[in-house]
Amino acid sequence: MMANQTISLEVFRYHPETDEKPRYQTYQVPFHEDWVVLDALNYIKDQVDGTLTYRWSCRMGVCGSCGMMVNGDPKLTCAAFLKSYSGPIRVEPLTNFPVIRDLVINFDDFLHKLKEVKAWMIPKEERPLAQGEYLQTPAELAQFKQYSMCINCMLCYAACPVYGLEPKFLGPAAIALAQRYNLDSRDGAKDERAEIVSSSEGIWECTFVGECTRVCPKHVDPAGAIQQAKVINTQDWWLAFLMPWGKKSS
Amino acid sequence: MTTKEYHRPMPALWWLHNSQLILFMIRELTSVFVAGYAVFLIVLISKVNDDRAFKETLHCPTALVFQIIALPFVLFHSVTWFNLTPKAIVLFRGEERVNPLMIAGGHYVLWVLVSGLILLVAV
Amino acid sequence: MAKSNEPFLWALFGAGGMIAALFIPITLLITSVLLMCNVVSAEKLLNLCRNPLVRLYLFVLISLPLFHWAHRFRFTLVDLGLKAIKGPIAILCYGSALAGTVIAAFLLIRIWA
Repeated sequence: MMANQTISLEVFRYHPETDEKPRYQTYQVPFHEDWVVLDALNYIKDQVDGTLTYRWSCRMGVCGSCGMMVNGDPKLTCAAFLKSYSGPIRVEPLTNFPVIRDLVINFDDFLHKLKEVKAWMIPKEERPLAQGEYLQTPAELAQFKQYSMCINCMLCYAACPVYGLEPKFLGPAAIALAQRYNLDSRDGAKDERAEIVSSSEGIWECTFVGECTRVCPKHVDPAGAIQQAKVINTQDWWLAFLMPWGKKSS
Repeated sequence: MTTKEYHRPMPALWWLHNSQLILFMIRELTSVFVAGYAVFLIVLISKVNDDRAFKETLHCPTALVFQIIALPFVLFHSVTWFNLTPKAIVLFRGEERVNPLMIAGGHYVLWVLVSGLILLVAV
Repeated sequence: MAKSNEPFLWALFGAGGMIAALFIPITLLITSVLLMCNVVSAEKLLNLCRNPLVRLYLFVLISLPLFHWAHRFRFTLVDLGLKAIKGPIAILCYGSALAGTVIAAFLLIRIWA
């Protein structure tokens, strides 16, 4: 590999104090076998253009900060290798979110939805410390473990056309996380979450496009979580319909 | 200090953006051919009390052309449907999840069996 | 109690999708390619249509796939940009499926074996 090979990055720029509309700026970046797009962005900021603004942190795929569109596909820039691309690499902020500045998006909506679905543990009953820890079998863990892998990177929201068309849609990660708690044997708030999750802006907005699962860097499979939630909600609905006096959920 | 955020509009032809989205849209549109065949069946059964009209409908060139065109689409519906069943049907044996291929595969086996059965009845 | 009635419609969509996936390809082949190649005869198909079990089969094969289409097509039209009229679209789609179901039931009941 020639030492002085370069690759060009077309980067989305938007400075609200001076720009009416966004523009693209092209930078030449040295090509290295082991560089990822994040390395290229850091190079640009350190050596070429300090005004470029973007988020990143762990640079190893666990924090979820560096999600951006790379050639139109949502990716963690710390996991997108330069060598995977031929020709110029276009870097843009995650789709379906408002842009604050350059590559930085406003994701208040996502945080709001995490709160709405109560993406935290709500035990069935109060349990004093003296009672000791919860016991959970490997089989019980297996029910929800996959959905606990979510790093809140929001690539799935960028990939989801339903979210793009309907901003009120709860979205893949929020629903997958709701499932993570609903399926956890220690949690008791499934019915509480159902009001939001099983609403027409929850799981029922989803048309199973499947892009969310395709782009997820942690293999959470939010599309699968949503379909399972549909099955469970449908079972509950029929049980309530056929036996309105009985206990609500399965 | 408030700054104005930039909102990027969603393109009308968003589903042409990549091959997965195009396949998704084709998958959704297979339902039109599914409904089309159901309508053909309605027309057909409306003629059962008239032998000649029934046979004419069966042999009608428009009907045959529609069915030939519909065939790849209804097959695409079947294949995409069976391939997606493991997403909705999640079974565990202890802490091991039943292989998704078994779930999908089971549906394919069922498909072959029922198709064979229907064929035996009709031939 | 479930707030949304979508589960009911989704159950119909799912049942219709499964029926369509399992039974439409072979039935379509029978009424087209196999008929053209004389593997099946029109006479036999006509007689089959008089059989009560076959009539039940045809009813299920018409009704459920129509509801599958209704549900799927309703969402597809919204995806294609018709969000503003999604209410009327839903009524039109499910209404058509219901109409097809009623017509099929009526036609199949009046067939005398």
